[in-house]
Amino acid sequence: MCKRHKNDRGGGRKAALVWGFLEGSRMLFLTSVIFAALMTLADMIIPQIIRAAIDNAIGGQPPKLPEFVIRAVDAIGGFEYLGRHLYIMSLALMAASCVRVISQYMFRVTNEKASETLVKTMRDRIFSHIERLPFSWHMKNKTGDIIQRCTSDVDMVRSFVSEQLVSILRLVILLVMSITFMLSMNAPLTFIAIIPTPFIIAYSFKFHKKIKEGFKECDENEGKLSAIAQENLTGVRVVRAFGRERRERDNFEKQNKYYTSLWVRLSRVMSRFWSTNDVLSGAQVMMVVVVGAVFCTRGHMTAGEYVAFISYNSLLVWPVRALGRMLSEMSKAGVSIDRIQYIMDSKEESDSENPKKPDMSGDIVFEHVSFAYDGAPQMLHDISFTMKGGTTLGILGGTGSGKSTMMMLLDKMYDIALDSGRITIGGVDIREIETEYLRKNIGMVLQEPYLFSRTIAENIGITKPDITLGEIREAARAACLDETVNSFSKGYDTFVGERGVTLSGGQKQRAAIARTLTQNTPIMIFDDSLSAVDTETDAKIRASLEAKFGSASIILISHRITTLSKADKILVIEGGRITEEGTHDELKCADGIYRKIYEIQSGTGMEATA
Amino acid sequence: MKRAEKKKEIKEIKSNKKSEEKQKGLPFFGVGKIIPFMKRYRRKIAVMIFCGLCGSAFDIMIPLFQRYALNHFVAGNTLDTLAYFIAFYIVSIIAMGAVNYVSCADAMEIEVSINRDLRNAAFSHLQTLSFSYFNQNSVGYIHARIMSDTSRIGSLVSWTMMEGVWHVSYLVGAIFVMMAVNMKLALLVVSIVPLVVVIFSFFQKKLIRINREVRELNSKITGNFNEGITGAKTIKSLVIEEKMENDFTRDTAAMKKKSVHAARVRCLFSVSMNLASSLALAIVLWRGGYIAKSEIGTFSMFMSYAEGMMEPVRWIIDSISSLITTQVNIERLSRLLETKSDVSDTKEVVEVYGDVFEPKTENWEEIKGDIEFCGVDFKYPDGDEYILKDFNLKIPFGTNIAIVGETGAGKSTLVNLICRFYEPTSGKILIDGRDARERSQLWLHSALGYVLQTPHLFSGTVRENLLYANPAASDEEIERAIKLVSAESVVSKLEMGLDTDVGEGGDTLSTGEKQLISFARAILADPKIIVLDEATASVDTITEKKIQSAIDTVIKGRTSVVIAHRLSTVTNADIILVVKDGKIIEQGRHRELLEKKGHYYSLYTRQYEDEATSALLGDAV
Repeated sequence: MCKRHKNDRGGGRKAALVWGFLEGSRMLFLTSVIFAALMTLADMIIPQIIRAAIDNAIGGQPPKLPEFVIRAVDAIGGFEYLGRHLYIMSLALMAASCVRVISQYMFRVTNEKASETLVKTMRDRIFSHIERLPFSWHMKNKTGDIIQRCTSDVDMVRSFVSEQLVSILRLVILLVMSITFMLSMNAPLTFIAIIPTPFIIAYSFKFHKKIKEGFKECDENEGKLSAIAQENLTGVRVVRAFGRERRERDNFEKQNKYYTSLWVRLSRVMSRFWSTNDVLSGAQVMMVVVVGAVFCTRGHMTAGEYVAFISYNSLLVWPVRALGRMLSEMSKAGVSIDRIQYIMDSKEESDSENPKKPDMSGDIVFEHVSFAYDGAPQMLHDISFTMKGGTTLGILGGTGSGKSTMMMLLDKMYDIALDSGRITIGGVDIREIETEYLRKNIGMVLQEPYLFSRTIAENIGITKPDITLGEIREAARAACLDETVNSFSKGYDTFVGERGVTLSGGQKQRAAIARTLTQNTPIMIFDDSLSAVDTETDAKIRASLEAKFGSASIILISHRITTLSKADKILVIEGGRITEEGTHDELKCADGIYRKIYEIQSGTGMEATA
Repeated sequence: MKRAEKKKEIKEIKSNKKSEEKQKGLPFFGVGKIIPFMKRYRRKIAVMIFCGLCGSAFDIMIPLFQRYALNHFVAGNTLDTLAYFIAFYIVSIIAMGAVNYVSCADAMEIEVSINRDLRNAAFSHLQTLSFSYFNQNSVGYIHARIMSDTSRIGSLVSWTMMEGVWHVSYLVGAIFVMMAVNMKLALLVVSIVPLVVVIFSFFQKKLIRINREVRELNSKITGNFNEGITGAKTIKSLVIEEKMENDFTRDTAAMKKKSVHAARVRCLFSVSMNLASSLALAIVLWRGGYIAKSEIGTFSMFMSYAEGMMEPVRWIIDSISSLITTQVNIERLSRLLETKSDVSDTKEVVEVYGDVFEPKTENWEEIKGDIEFCGVDFKYPDGDEYILKDFNLKIPFGTNIAIVGETGAGKSTLVNLICRFYEPTSGKILIDGRDARERSQLWLHSALGYVLQTPHLFSGTVRENLLYANPAASDEEIERAIKLVSAESVVSKLEMGLDTDVGEGGDTLSTGEKQLISFARAILADPKIIVLDEATASVDTITEKKIQSAIDTVIKGRTSVVIAHRLSTVTNADIILVVKDGKIIEQGRHRELLEKKGHYYSLYTRQYEDEATSALLGDAV
């Protein structure tokens, strides 16, 4: 009982989510359904025109039509006149057809508009929500999975609303209208025509539920086959070097054969379903034809009504068959909505109340900062240091020592637990600083920088909407990238990434540096971001940094002693702890790792071992 | 129309991601190339065509039943033949069900069978192609040839044939019956057909173009999602969430506009098709209405045919354009099947040594492991610069060669030549004193071990991966190999030991672990010649030590060629080849090269600094 209650609430929340996404498209959907009704009405009128033509205009029987129609016909000369001038009936038919196609057109276009609006709303909201989720959320969730939620699940919800729900509404309208018209002509025959429909719907619903398994199996095996081909191609060197071509071929052919046999089996099942359905609907048509004929001979209905009846009946056959499939597919939408809800329910980043915007050129102070990633062992142990505003700090540490984590904390990518120390900038705890303000004032270059698939100019100037090419080039020049870019045939308009040039690691790093330089921030962090450029370029970039941004607080993380040596203060981080602290001259004389590394890198160490 | 609905239903269920490609060339041009693949299914195809014919015959008959019922029972006001009528009707329905079953089931079976044969042909042909093919074509591209091109071709061949038979015969049959009953009215109805053709051709091209544009926009949006997620860290640190959002909204707005536009065109098209049907109906009513007086059944029959005729016409034009688009698939696939390997064994060699699928191992000589380059010139098939010019080098059995150079300097060229992944442009490479081309590729490869920088494991268990090198290896041999490379800890850590599934590409293991397993695999093959591409990627210190000792074990007692990054491997090598810009610029032993103070010296110094720094800082990944 309790559980059921909970489920109901879940259903309600799902409906609320979809209802929210439908903002802006609700009226459109409603309009489309109205047009659908109009279209169905026209569908109903056309057989009536033919019936009137057969029975009244041609057959000369007294009309069984609504009063206003008879009066209208009398006004133009009565059915006899129409019988002599059949083109008028023809025109009436064309007129009804025009109404039909116009409303069909309007129905489909508004439906499409509505569903595109729905998709746009969903995509936009999901995207902007994802952009505002904390970084830890991004680390926790796999990219491929999120993207699937944003694409195929969105599509699933779209087709649920715009195809399945609308189709069902349409079918209901169709059924109600055709039953009304059929009943107006002949009640017993209507029952004969209607009785088989629930069975056909149920049969097709059950069938589609049943073969879902079969399709899943086929898909899985196609995936396996595809993976074999993929592995063979990526591992082609291994295959050749071990001379295992034959094994590969046999393996592929075996899976291929199995996969094909699954399809053959499934195709038999489907063919059986289709032909059974053909027979069922054929039998239903036959019943109407035979019983209708009997009624006609007994005088229960006219020839025109008989022909019209057969038309109505044929209108029902396909929608009824399709409904079973629709119903069986609706369950998928529930799963998709759930998957989207997961994203929308995740909490966005938020600031404390009344966030501050202090001067960012002040001292940066770490006070007893400890940190551990979710469920992982302690990463940072009691880190404390002070960096004077406007000075340069160098950090030396191995992979996984925690140096990048420190920078992540400074940029508020992760939050420090309340009892694990604090970081202050100009004396203000960063917890109290507005996140956006903080990040805007910290320029960070990562070791493996991410460039967007846009042009080089757009990438460099991405933070500034109204930046000029001159400013972009200036930043590029400071990052020693200008020359490289000019060597590309399209210069700064060269596209980066899949659709354009692939930049080398060093070029990417320099582009990212240029991007950060345009921000002109009071704090700059270079997280091992010169590792892929050669020593000379490294020195040049540092010189131009010095010249241009002498007043900024700069943090340099590197393995290269030459990169670090000019810093006002250098920290050595090992295993999440500060093990050495001082200037280059102090550290190179102290008896620690820094000195050893300095010796190795200045060449004195190698001579000793080689 | 039923068939069309059915096919649509299959499509929807299978959710085939069809993509129209750019059209080029003449229609039907490539179809001839598929005929050999169809020959095997001659009988099935014949049955399918026959059943398709019968099916359309039944579809033509249904209106005739109604005509009889109206003309005979209703107009004649009698029920005298009702029992026969019902019996005949029932038999027809059941027969129709039967032929529909056979034609549908056959069409699908032919489709999947042809797909299977095409995939097999493409796959086994790929196994014989040389490396230049794999270097010039991306994995994704080749993969699409094997998987998607083939399935589009199969579906085209079988369904087009089945539906073609059905539609054409329905059209011909309906027109024939109408003409037989009333020539004048029939001609009037048929006169609508050219109109339909005009409407269709007008929309066809437009639709293909718009659909392509919509797809492109759609993939752009998927790309945006991808960027927004993988670039999250950068976006946050640059605080450009709002910009990304605005750009995204701009793209989705463009997408919406384009989609609605596409929908308009699509709807306009189907609406005009419907209007043409109504026009046919109106013509029947106008010019044929008088028939209803005497023969109401004939009148209603005409109505049915007039409405039903439009679909086959539409189908015929539609399938012509899909034939044109599928031609691209056929062309690409046949280009793959017709690609000749750059490296292939001569007829004489195949006669003695067999090919890759049917080797004649009984004729294979034991390999010793001497390699010699004799006046080798080499350039890559797609390059124009000679990389090797008159290169001579003797590598007697047991020699250890190290190749060093910066990333992208062209270190793998020599390895490619030794493995005969490529052949010299001129000159020759001798294996045991005889030109490598005198023996089959498989002969050489079966005596060759190869360990890649990025170790490639296949999905499957650890044991299966090890047996890949030597399917006949016993459990003891496997144990021994694992011990030799000290990979016991890797295996014992796994839940099910050797029988643990390593996942696609071995992804459940770390790079270092994968490397150790691939060393064990190489040892199991017990090759005379071993080729090693050392990893640059950093692994933790313990694994690093294990890998180093594994390398020492693996190269012992074999001719080895190592693309070297580790100091220990380099310093102990018998010959060091230094590569820069694709060319060998220095050659000699470690001491000699150091004294030269040339390129090797600076490479070595940097490597030393990096390694020593990392070691001191205790890098852990």
